[in-house]
Amino acid sequence: MTLATDRAPDRDIALVDLLDRLLAGGVVITGEVTISLADVDLVHVSLRALISSVSTLVEP
Amino acid sequence: MADALVYLYAVTDADVPEPAVDAGVDGAPVRRIVAGGLAAVVSSVDPVRFSEESLRRSLEDLQWLEATARAHHAVVDAAARTGPVAPVRFATVYLDDDRVRSLLAERGSEFAAALDRVLGRVEWGVKGFAAPSAAPAEPEPEPGAGPGASYLARRLAERNRAARGQEEALAVAEAVHRELAAVAAASRRYRAQDPRLTGRREEMVLNAAYLVTDDEALRQVVEQHTGGPVRLELTGPWAPYSFATLEEP
Repeated sequence: MTLATDRAPDRDIALVDLLDRLLAGGVVITGEVTISLADVDLVHVSLRALISSVSTLVEP
Repeated sequence: MADALVYLYAVTDADVPEPAVDAGVDGAPVRRIVAGGLAAVVSSVDPVRFSEESLRRSLEDLQWLEATARAHHAVVDAAARTGPVAPVRFATVYLDDDRVRSLLAERGSEFAAALDRVLGRVEWGVKGFAAPSAAPAEPEPEPGAGPGASYLARRLAERNRAARGQEEALAVAEAVHRELAAVAAASRRYRAQDPRLTGRREEMVLNAAYLVTDDEALRQVVEQHTGGPVRLELTGPWAPYSFATLEEP
């Protein structure tokens, strides 16, 4: 099964679901030839940034 | 562009058509670097904006993060429509094309194995939320008990009920995961999403991904739990982000 052609448009994908996969999923390649943030805990870094950003937008 | 860096989205089979996508991150065109039967899907990007230092700062910018994440996803998604894909973690940048070619050469057999694992399969996400508990039955007041004691008895009963409800939701979530994993080629669990990011009041008791050839059995499991203590939501199909690993499973 490859991705069907009739799928939800990108805007329907929740950012949090996407970030789970982009930041915590995917092949992690580290090494001297790479400038990669894979060795940084991206989930931790970004969530902290996101929470501080979102908290100013979302009502408590 | 002088000394452009190379942003890597994913590794695919060289033999499949190129991904049909207009642009990737930073509006950059998408191309492939082919070596040894594999193709690295890449974009040339600005060396200042995609330096390590810039990237670390950019990750703090929600608007940049969302735009770039969606652009990255558009490329991986397009690639997944033409064949098996090993998506690479967000913000993986190489110094030049040669380094990418070396990557493909040095780890070719591992990438080939990764592509083999996902061939003909897609990922589905399943999230589970604890359903709101039903209203509690009023406990019988003790004969002769005053209003204060009744109030405390009610509060205690509410707390106990909520705790039992949560225990039950967690137990059902574990059972759901076992059932879903049983019909999948592979599964992967994620941390519960922060409610400040999701805006959801209910507790998330399951956040997982399942690699399947088709979604029918998965949907049947989800349907069987309709009306239970855990509300299940499906997302997908996804390119196999959660199953891209170069290590042996």
